[in-house]
Amino acid sequence: MSATPVPRRSTGVGRVLVAVYAILAIAATGRSVFQIIDRFDEAPIAFSLSAVAAVVYIVATIALALGWRRAALLTICFELAGVLVVGTLSIVAPGLLGLDAIDPFGREATVWSAFGAGYLLVPLVLPVLGLLWLRRLQRASTAGAGV
Amino acid sequence: MILGFTMVLVGTAVLVGMLCVVLGLAGRKPADLTLLALVVVEVLLLAQIVIAIVAPAVGNPPTGNPAEFWVYLVTAAIIPPLAVIWALVERTRWSTVVLGVAALAVAVMSYRMYQIWTVQLA
Repeated sequence: MSATPVPRRSTGVGRVLVAVYAILAIAATGRSVFQIIDRFDEAPIAFSLSAVAAVVYIVATIALALGWRRAALLTICFELAGVLVVGTLSIVAPGLLGLDAIDPFGREATVWSAFGAGYLLVPLVLPVLGLLWLRRLQRASTAGAGV
Repeated sequence: MILGFTMVLVGTAVLVGMLCVVLGLAGRKPADLTLLALVVVEVLLLAQIVIAIVAPAVGNPPTGNPAEFWVYLVTAAIIPPLAVIWALVERTRWSTVVLGVAALAVAVMSYRMYQIWTVQLA
């Protein structure tokens, strides 16, 4: 029995992952660009982080869609760390981020505020699913190569 | 924004989202029901655009920043068409799930838009 090669482009579940990442990237970018243009001085640290997050989401989306596994792994790990660190800070020490409010739906909120609560916790769950997906791809291709 | 219409918009988007996700996970490929459901959501968004243009002129301006509101609304309005194109190009159960995800994203954005319009200060 010959193993079929794992397609570099993700299929099935992977496509849904790419779609959700794309929507999150679009939403995060739009919001970030707007916040920076409109009121950067209100929370420069938080909004700068927001911009970085948006760029990382865009790269993660492209990497997942085109099958660039290493880039996908790096970006997903980065955003998981980001949402955990920034999410924690936004709740226990918002002052460090230059925020005076915790409200994840507020005008100073970013995509990682309160672990992405303003985005239904998608920024928290998505990278975990992304990592699981990458692991699945890795195992499948290793199994195929081992035959 | 108008509370009643917002409830219709968000409620419909949530229902359509759940419907498409469930049908997709159940193995249904995109079909008339799921595709037209997204069209309904898009029509409601287009109506929302009209409302948002007319409302300030008749005494219902946003409390929040109008530019921020429009960024959300325009972004939300392009998502259903993109999702439908995706579903037409690739007719699998997962694209039905994508249709659902798109509708749920619209629901969240619409809720956020309502906040900007009525609660958040510019």
